Amino acid sequence: MTQQGVRWTAEQVLALAPDAASRKAGSKLGAAGPWSETGSSDEGTVWGLCKGSGSKPYQTVIDIADASGPAYKCSCPSRKFPCKHALGLLLLWSGDDGAVPPGQAPDWAEQWIAGRRQRAAEKRTPDTAGSPPAAADPEAARRRAERRAERITAGATELEQRLADLLRGGLAAAEQAGYGLWEETAARMIDAQAPGLAARVRELEAIPASGPGWPVRLLEECALLHLLDQGWLHRDRLPESLAATVRSRVGLPASADGPPVRDRWLVLAQYDTADTRLTTRRIWLYGADSDRTALLLSYGAAGRAPELALPVGLTLEAEVSAFPGAGQVRAALGDQFAPPAPTPIRPPGMTTTQAAVHYGEALRADPWLDSVPVTLDRVIPTPDGNSWQLADADEDAALPLTPAARSRPGLWRLVALSGGAPVKVFGECGHQGFTPLTAWPQGADTAVPLC
Amino acid sequence: MNRTATAVEPPAPGALAGHGHAGAAAWEDLVTTALLGTDRRTPPPSLSAPGREAPMALLDAAAAETVRRRAGLRPARPAPRPEPAAEDPRPPLPAAAARRLALLLADHPGASGGGRRGAAPDLMELLPQWLALANAHHYAAPPEALPALLDAARGRTDLRPAALTFAGPRALWLARLNPDWRFALRATPGGGTALPHLQDTEKVQGLWQEGLFAERVSLLAALRAQDATTARELLASTWTTERAEDRLMFLDSLRTNLTAEDEPFLEQALADRSRNVRATAAELLSALPGSALAARMAVRAGACVALDHTRDTPTITVEAPHECDASMERDGVVAKAPAGRGERSWWFGQLVEAAPLATWQARLGGRTPQEIVALPVTDDWQADLHAAWCRAAVRQRNADWSRALLGTPSAPEAGGPGAVSLAERAKLLDTLGADERAEWVAGFIATHGLSEAFQLLGVCAVPWSAPLGRAVVDALNIARDAGSYPWSFSGVMGLAERCLAPSEANRLDGLLAIPEEPENASPGAGGYWAEAFQRLVTTLRLRAAMAEELNP
Repeated sequence: MTQQGVRWTAEQVLALAPDAASRKAGSKLGAAGPWSETGSSDEGTVWGLCKGSGSKPYQTVIDIADASGPAYKCSCPSRKFPCKHALGLLLLWSGDDGAVPPGQAPDWAEQWIAGRRQRAAEKRTPDTAGSPPAAADPEAARRRAERRAERITAGATELEQRLADLLRGGLAAAEQAGYGLWEETAARMIDAQAPGLAARVRELEAIPASGPGWPVRLLEECALLHLLDQGWLHRDRLPESLAATVRSRVGLPASADGPPVRDRWLVLAQYDTADTRLTTRRIWLYGADSDRTALLLSYGAAGRAPELALPVGLTLEAEVSAFPGAGQVRAALGDQFAPPAPTPIRPPGMTTTQAAVHYGEALRADPWLDSVPVTLDRVIPTPDGNSWQLADADEDAALPLTPAARSRPGLWRLVALSGGAPVKVFGECGHQGFTPLTAWPQGADTAVPLC
Repeated sequence: MNRTATAVEPPAPGALAGHGHAGAAAWEDLVTTALLGTDRRTPPPSLSAPGREAPMALLDAAAAETVRRRAGLRPARPAPRPEPAAEDPRPPLPAAAARRLALLLADHPGASGGGRRGAAPDLMELLPQWLALANAHHYAAPPEALPALLDAARGRTDLRPAALTFAGPRALWLARLNPDWRFALRATPGGGTALPHLQDTEKVQGLWQEGLFAERVSLLAALRAQDATTARELLASTWTTERAEDRLMFLDSLRTNLTAEDEPFLEQALADRSRNVRATAAELLSALPGSALAARMAVRAGACVALDHTRDTPTITVEAPHECDASMERDGVVAKAPAGRGERSWWFGQLVEAAPLATWQARLGGRTPQEIVALPVTDDWQADLHAAWCRAAVRQRNADWSRALLGTPSAPEAGGPGAVSLAERAKLLDTLGADERAEWVAGFIATHGLSEAFQLLGVCAVPWSAPLGRAVVDALNIARDAGSYPWSFSGVMGLAERCLAPSEANRLDGLLAIPEEPENASPGAGGYWAEAFQRLVTTLRLRAAMAEELNP
């Protein structure tokens, strides 16, 4: 470890893989066998030649210093991104057994890197000039926004009518009506250009089949949807920050125009959720100096990994800008000043009681919040019948795990890590319970991802 | 209240000012109204805001109530916390080795749907070796790797002993919490907790008297390994009351640490009601060359074999027994021959198999085993006699006789289907020392090639000794030059990947290139061979790296 200070761990590298097959293929290529002429530079470039099935080896080069996560280039025909060669090379590099010596990049790698750096520099210049290209005709943009607002208003009004009809006839009738009702309403909301409302409507659809207690959950979600409709219809009477929250919840695009906060951001957790259309990646960051937790979202087409990937447990010196809205944690990653580095930084923890209070207080700013990011200090994973909870080591209180967290393999990693002793756990705490995402065992210095 | 389905407890009554029971009741009222519909059930009068439709008023109230209830959530009452896992005193893995373990465990078999392996190593196959190395260094397993390790051991029983040793006390602690990993409790003697301290006579007695069958078997096995006499006495104390199947299993556990002291007990078991128990007892007794049974068998077998000095060369003559009497049956001889087998040769084989091998040296003029095996045998009895001696040599673990029966590896008949089958040869080899074994197999491969070698390679010590490794590589090279496809040798290739000494990797470099295709070769074979050798070299390098990571 003479150059660039930090090598990633194998898990961090494998987290970049777009799917399980790539992960497997990549880990097989993480051995010196097929590789030749490998090397890495102080600027964060890793390159190598990988012997494939053809006569000419593939040229693989990776830029790990890039602000928006690593960038890859490989001469193989794979459409996976990153391809198995890039993963294999990173694994070889992370293995740190002299297989990737420091050196001078060969011409083919140098060309690509130089091209990238130049393009990045060009892109930055107009940005700093500060004039978004879309602002060519502010008058037309304003008219477009107004038309969209009118459509959403029409959609929200219609949705209110449907909710009223539903409650007039009773939720019990909805159980029989089944799918079609919600599917059609969701489609109407898409037409009304309110994707946030559409998503909420679609979630209602599954509730009657979700087991005992569904009427309570359905009423809760209908009521919150109604609250959002009303928020939109009366947004001019709301404080600006709450109005911004309503706009983003309804599905209007926003930009991260908060002031950029430069900090040492600890990558707390990274996980993907996927539906048929979209893979959504959530990355939680903790700013050591600003004591803030921020959420980065990035998206990929169905079945493909989103591009942004950050290694859990390391810190980045970077700027992060918040999205508008009260109680919003979402942010965008701006300039990155140094590659991710290991760190002793840990987010400060709280007790389970404080976590519940924290969630309650967050609802004041955003009543639609399902959960808030929380770090619990000194909790013991405890079996509770068929379920699990995180019991406070020092007080008589516990947070149950969410039903989803109970069935994940990460649960057993957490239990194994604890061995009945207190651990520090970062996760999402909400009305359904706690979802553990990352843990730090006592006395150990590495973060263990649980998702 | 239906709220129990959601995970966090609702606010306790009186938790929030002004909303105690009244709040809970109001919410329940809202849910009921919503469920039935405002058309059927009039909403509570508190909701009838002027100028507001009933459903809208209901939703307004429900929204406020929902947010209020969520904001008032409190932690649940904690369940009894689990006992902490026992400390693992072993040192933690070096970081590089921990990463390697994660990679090996991530390589699930079948994750990419099988298929051709190409030049990449088969990581899962290296796990057993990795575990053996880590255990030799007495490292503790990283806790976060335990679930994957237990899952791997669950799918592969051969991994279990090493995996559970490495996994240590925390794995047993985990296995008690997850039914999927119950095997860990069974696999560990006494299920981890159930086994009492073996010095605690009272507890041992208690478990032996009242335990489940599996618990009793593991108790007996553990006790036998530590204190053979006590274990036998414990078994004897309840012997007559055990069921026949159980007696058989219990008797089998006496195989460990078998000594002459066990003879009286085994003699008594010869009179058992169950034929299987009798047979096992006889087998155990015949493995004790000083036992009375062995002496009786020696007399019987000796009576059948004589040396005929009247010929030009001394020749062994065989007179197989004419009947199987009750005393022979009592000593474990099975009277009924399998179909297609002559009765007399069947009885004869069993007598010779159970007779101490030392009998023959005395009986056949003080000759060495080599000389005895070389003697001609009359009337086609040689196959029967030699086969029985092989079984006796394996049972009595007699290296001298094994050596004699194996012969020289380069002998032409060693490769063919001679008197000694490959399976028997592998067993005979097992009685020799590791070096001698490797040398014999190396000689065998040099003469007869690889097609018959798989089973023999399986009994050789890992990593292979230098001469053996070289013999295998040379034979693979010859097979390639002969133009066959590498998958005809995939078994040996796989073994070589796991067993060849990593230091041999450098000698293989010459084989990595794709050779010119000879005229009679199978099309494309050269490329596949190069790939197979690449995989071999990659795997060897990986193994070298693995060993180094564990030995910082």
